[in-house]
Amino acid sequence: MLEDLLFQLELGLPQVVLGLVNGAFYALLSLGLAVIFGMLNVINFAHGAQFMMGAFVAWMMLNWLGIGYWPALVLAPLVVGAFGVVLEKTMISRLYKLDHLYGLLLTFGIALIIEGLFRNQFGSSGMPYSPPEILSGPPVDLGFMFLPKYRLWVVVAALVMSLVTWLVIEKTRLGAYLRAATENAALVQAFGVNVPRMVTLTYAAGVALAAFAGVLAAPIYSVNPQMGSSLIIVVFAVVVIGGMGSILGSVVTGFGLGLVEGLTKVFYPEASSTVIFVIMAIVLLARPAGLFGRA
Amino acid sequence: MAAGHASVAALPALHETPGLLGLSALGFNRAQSIAFLALLAALIVGPFFLYPVFLMKLLCFALFACAFNLLIGYVGLLSFGHAMFFGMGGYVTAHAAKVWGFTPELAILSGGAIGAALGVVAGWIAIRRQGIYFAMITLALAQMIFFVCLQAPFTGGEDGIQRVPRGHLFGIIDLSRDMSFYWVVAAVFLAGFLLINRIVHSPFGQVLKAIRENEPRAISLGYRTDDYKLVAFTLSATLAGIAGGTKALVFGIATLTDVYWAMSGEVVLMTLVGGLGTVFGPAMGAAVIVTMQNYLAEFGAWVTVIQGVIFVACVLAFRAGVIGELGRVLKVRL
Amino acid sequence: MAQDRRSLLKGAAAAALVPALGAIPARARAQGSTTLKIGVLNDQSGVYRDVSGPGSVACVRQAIQDSGIAAKGVNVEVVFADHQNKADVGSTIARQWIDRDGVDVIVDVPNSAVALAVNAIVREKNKAYFNSTGATTDLTGAQCSPNTVHWTYDTYMLAKSTGGAMVKTGGDSWFFITADYAFGHALERDTTGFVTGAGGKVLGSVRHPLQSTDFSSYLLQAQQSRAKVIGLANAGTDTINSVKQAAEFGVTRRGTKIAVLLMFINDVHSLGLKAAQGLVCTESFYWDLNERTRAFTNRVKGNMGGQYPAMSHAGCYASVLHYLKAVADMGAPAAKASGAEAVARMKAMPTDDDCFGAGQIRADGRKLHPAYLFEVKTPEESKGAWDYYKLLQTTAADEAWRPLAQGGCSLIRT
Repeated sequence: MLEDLLFQLELGLPQVVLGLVNGAFYALLSLGLAVIFGMLNVINFAHGAQFMMGAFVAWMMLNWLGIGYWPALVLAPLVVGAFGVVLEKTMISRLYKLDHLYGLLLTFGIALIIEGLFRNQFGSSGMPYSPPEILSGPPVDLGFMFLPKYRLWVVVAALVMSLVTWLVIEKTRLGAYLRAATENAALVQAFGVNVPRMVTLTYAAGVALAAFAGVLAAPIYSVNPQMGSSLIIVVFAVVVIGGMGSILGSVVTGFGLGLVEGLTKVFYPEASSTVIFVIMAIVLLARPAGLFGRA
Repeated sequence: MAAGHASVAALPALHETPGLLGLSALGFNRAQSIAFLALLAALIVGPFFLYPVFLMKLLCFALFACAFNLLIGYVGLLSFGHAMFFGMGGYVTAHAAKVWGFTPELAILSGGAIGAALGVVAGWIAIRRQGIYFAMITLALAQMIFFVCLQAPFTGGEDGIQRVPRGHLFGIIDLSRDMSFYWVVAAVFLAGFLLINRIVHSPFGQVLKAIRENEPRAISLGYRTDDYKLVAFTLSATLAGIAGGTKALVFGIATLTDVYWAMSGEVVLMTLVGGLGTVFGPAMGAAVIVTMQNYLAEFGAWVTVIQGVIFVACVLAFRAGVIGELGRVLKVRL
Repeated sequence: MAQDRRSLLKGAAAAALVPALGAIPARARAQGSTTLKIGVLNDQSGVYRDVSGPGSVACVRQAIQDSGIAAKGVNVEVVFADHQNKADVGSTIARQWIDRDGVDVIVDVPNSAVALAVNAIVREKNKAYFNSTGATTDLTGAQCSPNTVHWTYDTYMLAKSTGGAMVKTGGDSWFFITADYAFGHALERDTTGFVTGAGGKVLGSVRHPLQSTDFSSYLLQAQQSRAKVIGLANAGTDTINSVKQAAEFGVTRRGTKIAVLLMFINDVHSLGLKAAQGLVCTESFYWDLNERTRAFTNRVKGNMGGQYPAMSHAGCYASVLHYLKAVADMGAPAAKASGAEAVARMKAMPTDDDCFGAGQIRADGRKLHPAYLFEVKTPEESKGAWDYYKLLQTTAADEAWRPLAQGGCSLIRT
């Protein structure tokens, strides 16, 4: 009996670790979505495409300019973030007073355009991208499993990034302005804060987070134009389960769902992409505003 | 939906205008009567100028979009899972026609029946929540149905159900010719279209609109709004099932594409492009999107980009949709 | 009368153009002027773009040029469209092409749902259909048609070549990572048959949803089974992600082989040799196989947007080339009148082309040619761009495909 249990544990523990690695991506992506939704009230459907852009910008930097992984980790989010600034200034800013549906549709259209252009340029099967030298090499022995160094780095990077984002929004003066602006933009504007610029930068920051996740993903997932669209629906579910706009909620839910999905992959792998939606339905029925949301 | 609110506010005044040729009995105002006659004429002469299979596909999607519009346009509920009714309707109709040997009218009705059954269950779960959460619950349920369709043996996995016979209408009239089946599809569409219009203009429909405008007030007036929402949801699901079933017979196939979440997104787009909450908008939107899919196919890789550009343009410049904008220019409700 | 006047005007305009255009219009006028139309229906904007897409169109154009059919007074036009991986879009285009635009042949068609839908339409309308990128054996089995030739590969042939040959080289215990849909199931089922038939055993399998991103969990389960071979019964992005992550986890470092049951050379290109080295896979065409394949590749590659032709592209080329030979043999009007007749003529004639060499088409529509088991080279072994494969084993044409009697094709009397 005990042996049975130990065997199950031996089988399950590595899956838990792998689940956390995937959860790190869900957390990072839903974090960006939550920031954008929380501050702008826009459901950013282009998030998956921006994630893909991050990975491709890293690839282009390496192959066209000879810029390696580490600089790309900083530069690619800046480039894609700048693209976000343009999007916000020219299009998204016109939709703030309208229903969510329009923001969703606009960003959906933008996602189609980005994806189509990349597919025309780079084809559909994708590009190779290797992990940096220091993080490649033989996997680390954790005692119960071998884990590639790069995956450990992914978890660390995602956690640090989530923490930084949370600190900026909850603990800094800038974050306080932001939160105030979502409550009453006119009042904050009256205090001499440039609200439109702040909103633009918030969108850019959310987009940059997606691009950061994209660069992180490039060495382990296939870098192809549709890499974001297959993730986006799952990430939506994560954000909704966590509570729309809740930073803490999206991080915790991201990691949590990665874990649940990892375990499903052992016991009922066919359902591993459906399980998240089952959880979403249950959570929404029990707690309408999500696990961490304020009703 | 702010635009929807504004135009609805203008409703009573325009509603007074008399109908045409007794079409007001169907709930149409004067402009709508003219538009309806134009639609009728297009339905009749269409197949002589355009490719009938293309027109049939268009009509199936038009009915699907009209059914969807019943929910979003008149009750204000955005379902992001309507593909489950459309796709399952297709599967059940295809299975009924191919394996059980049902005649086409019975096969299509069984598609509607599964839509209704699913609609009652999904609606009962989903109407407890509002706005984006309602959308997400319907999405979650649709994803589960997709999983069932992927796993269930009768759907044929990604190969789909192929070579579904159209059969004989009432067991007598051979429908294998495109032109003969066209009239059946046109009749199904027209029946669905008029039914939705009838519902919208009935006392029941007025209560739905009241719920959309202000649910707490509707409750305080003594209406059990949840019951109304559930009935509307089920009606919409039933018609979506019928649309899906008809489409399965048009092409002789039922595949996973129609249950996939992207299909739920597509019907939102159709309705929006045509004009939310307008009578003729969804059909127009379906026509635009289906035509785009068909005729852009020759642009190869640019299909996605062009579609994206059109959606962006719609949201930024023509938010009321084709019909909504047209109505604004002509100062009528369409 | 208006019609007459218009054609008169057209004639006058054409006459005015003749001196400017030189010999071409003169020749077009000289022939009886039968025009054949070939429609390339495939994925131009989705996941199968690289293995079908514009490359297939270029290969079909190449086949028309190489056939020299224009000199025999037959004009061949090419149209193409994107089916967007939707069976209804594919059906509408196919029907419209045939009914309205006078298309005689439909070529390529990846995605089995669309492939089977088009199969039924072409049969109903009595045109010709050459499927190259589709994988389902149903095209020559339960849904076989006198109007269809299935050219390049199918799940049975992939399973037989990879499954059978791997056991012979010592890979006698298997674990499958299978995409959870009919294509994956068929591959796993057939390969299991050949593995056990050759004395190997299957230790387990795991089924993942289509378009998963993370495969590490499945790879770990495969490793824990201690199987010598991990069989990937999936395709496209799923395969690329599986292989990439297998390299990351060092799965092959301890001697485990990875057999990819369906891989195209574009997938290897996309993975890079660093991640793909040592993989084993089956293809029926490789550009660097022999003189003839290299000659073909040199002719066509300038029109393929920097890509080298994959086996699916080669199949489009070879099927159209063979069709045009049959057309030259039976006369274009007869070929146009009946697709079934044209396909019957194609079956009656032995095939020979630069891509697949000599071969033939069986009564059920199955094109027969050898299947090649390749291993992906290491970065050191590779001498240049697209130099990716070394040949491990060849399965002869008469052994590689599902025996006629097993397919259950209604065209065959048993």
